[in-house]
Amino acid sequence: MTKVSSKNKQWLSGNEAIARAAWEAGVTVASGYPGTPSTEILENLCTYKDVYTEWAPNEKVALEVGMGASFAGARVLVTMKHVGLNVAADPLFTASYTGVRGGIVIITADDPEMHSSQNEQDNRHYAYAAKLPMLEPSDPAEAREMLKKAFEISEEFDTPVLFRTTTRVAHVKGLVATGKRKKGPVAVAIEKMPAKFVMLPGNARMRRRSIAERMEKLAAFVETFAANRIDKGDKKIGFITGGISYLYVKEAFPKASVLKIATTWPLPFNKIRDFAAQVDEVVIVEELDPFLETHIKAAGIACTGKDKIPAMGELNPFIIKKALGQEIGDIFAPVDIPPRPPNMCPGCPHRGLFYNLAKYDVFIAGDIGCYTLGFLPPLSAMDSCVCMGASIGVAHGMDKALGDKAQGKTVAVIGDSTFMHSGITGLVNMVYNKSMSTVIILDNRITAMTGHQANPASGSTITGEPANAVDLTELCRAIGVQHVRTVNPHDFKECKKVLKEEIERPEPSVIIAQAPCVLLPEERRRPKTPLTTILDNCTGCGTCVRLGCPAINWVPLTAAEAKKMGKKEKQKGYARISVEMCNGCGQCLAVCKFKAIGKAEDNK
Amino acid sequence: MIPSGNILFCGVGGQGILLASEITAFALLECGLDAKKSEVHGMAQRGGSVVAHLRYGKKVYSPLIDPGQADFVVAFETMEAVRYLPFLHKDSKVIVNTHQIAPPAVATGKMVYPTDLLSQLTSRNISVFPLDGFSIAKKVGEIRTANLVLVGALSTFLPVAEDVFLEVLQKRIPRKLDENIAAFKEGRTITA
Repeated sequence: MTKVSSKNKQWLSGNEAIARAAWEAGVTVASGYPGTPSTEILENLCTYKDVYTEWAPNEKVALEVGMGASFAGARVLVTMKHVGLNVAADPLFTASYTGVRGGIVIITADDPEMHSSQNEQDNRHYAYAAKLPMLEPSDPAEAREMLKKAFEISEEFDTPVLFRTTTRVAHVKGLVATGKRKKGPVAVAIEKMPAKFVMLPGNARMRRRSIAERMEKLAAFVETFAANRIDKGDKKIGFITGGISYLYVKEAFPKASVLKIATTWPLPFNKIRDFAAQVDEVVIVEELDPFLETHIKAAGIACTGKDKIPAMGELNPFIIKKALGQEIGDIFAPVDIPPRPPNMCPGCPHRGLFYNLAKYDVFIAGDIGCYTLGFLPPLSAMDSCVCMGASIGVAHGMDKALGDKAQGKTVAVIGDSTFMHSGITGLVNMVYNKSMSTVIILDNRITAMTGHQANPASGSTITGEPANAVDLTELCRAIGVQHVRTVNPHDFKECKKVLKEEIERPEPSVIIAQAPCVLLPEERRRPKTPLTTILDNCTGCGTCVRLGCPAINWVPLTAAEAKKMGKKEKQKGYARISVEMCNGCGQCLAVCKFKAIGKAEDNK
Repeated sequence: MIPSGNILFCGVGGQGILLASEITAFALLECGLDAKKSEVHGMAQRGGSVVAHLRYGKKVYSPLIDPGQADFVVAFETMEAVRYLPFLHKDSKVIVNTHQIAPPAVATGKMVYPTDLLSQLTSRNISVFPLDGFSIAKKVGEIRTANLVLVGALSTFLPVAEDVFLEVLQKRIPRKLDENIAAFKEGRTITA
């Protein structure tokens, strides 16, 4: 057997390849907000030399930072997940007007199938709506090549470039060729260009014309762009596809003719028309919306697609073959087994807060983060979750709708990073418009769900350098919240007391539930004192089990088994704490009324 | 004939599945094969069911294993081996860690952990190789090597010489190398 043939190839994920390509392309400034499946791009790029990287508080700020750096002449990468582009949409649509000095590429990492998202919107529509070019790679190797090309396109056509990945590009690993870093072509300096950068109506109307000219030039460019290529094959069906779907088509129909679209927008309509003329039938294969299909049909080219290919969820070769009537053979049917949804970790501070909050008859407006898992049983302590920051607006809106009956009925729950992202303005509104809601900020010092990225309240930067940490209490006070309380969510007595007082208060209040995420490196290193069940005392009441801690397991008992253990025959079971998993947070100790939980070391 | 195959790694978030699939991928790449691996990050990692697809061959297009196409399954947890049954075919080889982790519905007493899991596979004539990864890991003196026991068991089925795996282990996880190698070799004895 031979060794890995090409020594300069690296085994990289799509996100790692994008970071590598940005560095090779001479990017000197990069900004973004963490969001699956985009997060690892900046996490990797920040390890390269000579690139300034940052986590912005949200995607809108990240894109604005990117525009400033581009106006100065730097090559810039801006990263976000699909829903993040909604937040950044305001600067995006006008960035289309200003254009660039240094090349700017905006990564939108979409999540078909919603592996880790609240919706599966198809961000290809943004390219059409904002009149911007969009490129889509199929795998990590292509992501690197295409990203470098995207910077050239950005500068040549004076436009931000949208670069769309999906989960199966971002989180797929493959072999990637690598190259050296080159400097961007534009000199970094302040150059005042008011007609281009100041989008007052007079200037904007002029720039609107430049967009039309640019899109015309781009439309010509994509016809000859080599990445829009034809794989010649059987002429019966000609597939038109792009992104990850291209690989699925190649796998499912290796002998077919395929037109691979790299420029999702603008589309190479002449090339498409020529291709269509060479085959008997054109089938469009694309994940989510009929984006290609709609525009290709609008251009008067006959094709089919979504009449057969699903418009929901991810595709794979199997789904495509099945949709197109191919033989797929017998598949084992799934077996009915208990589901395994994600869960908050043992020792998670959020669990303590939710356990106590669930005892109130209130509407709990939730938000985006690990704590969204508070929705799941047995805690079942979340009544809505919409988008980043929505909890506060939703709680306030419900408060206003309930009117006289609102007091003590609405609570918003939001994490520290999400509060920084887009919760602050909601809180301003709540105070300004006299809400009676309570906002609970779950402050674990970190953006936990996406894998521990620092945020403006963490006290460190993306590279771990010390930085200012926003004082949440002072911030809430400055907004005008009179009652800002800090509690330790592991301290149930205090937690209960503060929740009661603030929920009942007929004015807006903030509770900061402050305890670090247990997965932070310093928390992992902290010596643990695991707990155990003191079996003699356990009555099987099940209270600790209702915490939903992964370290606590319910062990069912038959009457005979209970009797043998010296228990009452009607005792249905007992709680067993796994010493390996227990983090010693003490939440179960706080809820046990029978002294049936103690330190493992004292109760061997 | 250049070998090709599909390996599905599954288990519970936090069990070291990504490292195991990474080691296997490196070994295949060292043999001059193309490979692609698909992972899912984010929410699923919080104790949920986690799966990684690894495909290898002369040239790999799709990063996903189709239903009915997994040649090997490496299950870090018993129930997870059965969850991905639709990916298996009748000649699949399944390496199962006999370790059981109760999902929330079982831990809270709402459901029962099934007892007939392995027979769900064997009754369909699928070859099953059960092993107690944690006991073996304990025996070699490092509890965290359970994932390498599983990789060891898988390795005997792959077109990769043992030495290539040992080289990869040395390069990629130099810490506790002796324990890692011992765990890997123990795994090999189960399927050899």
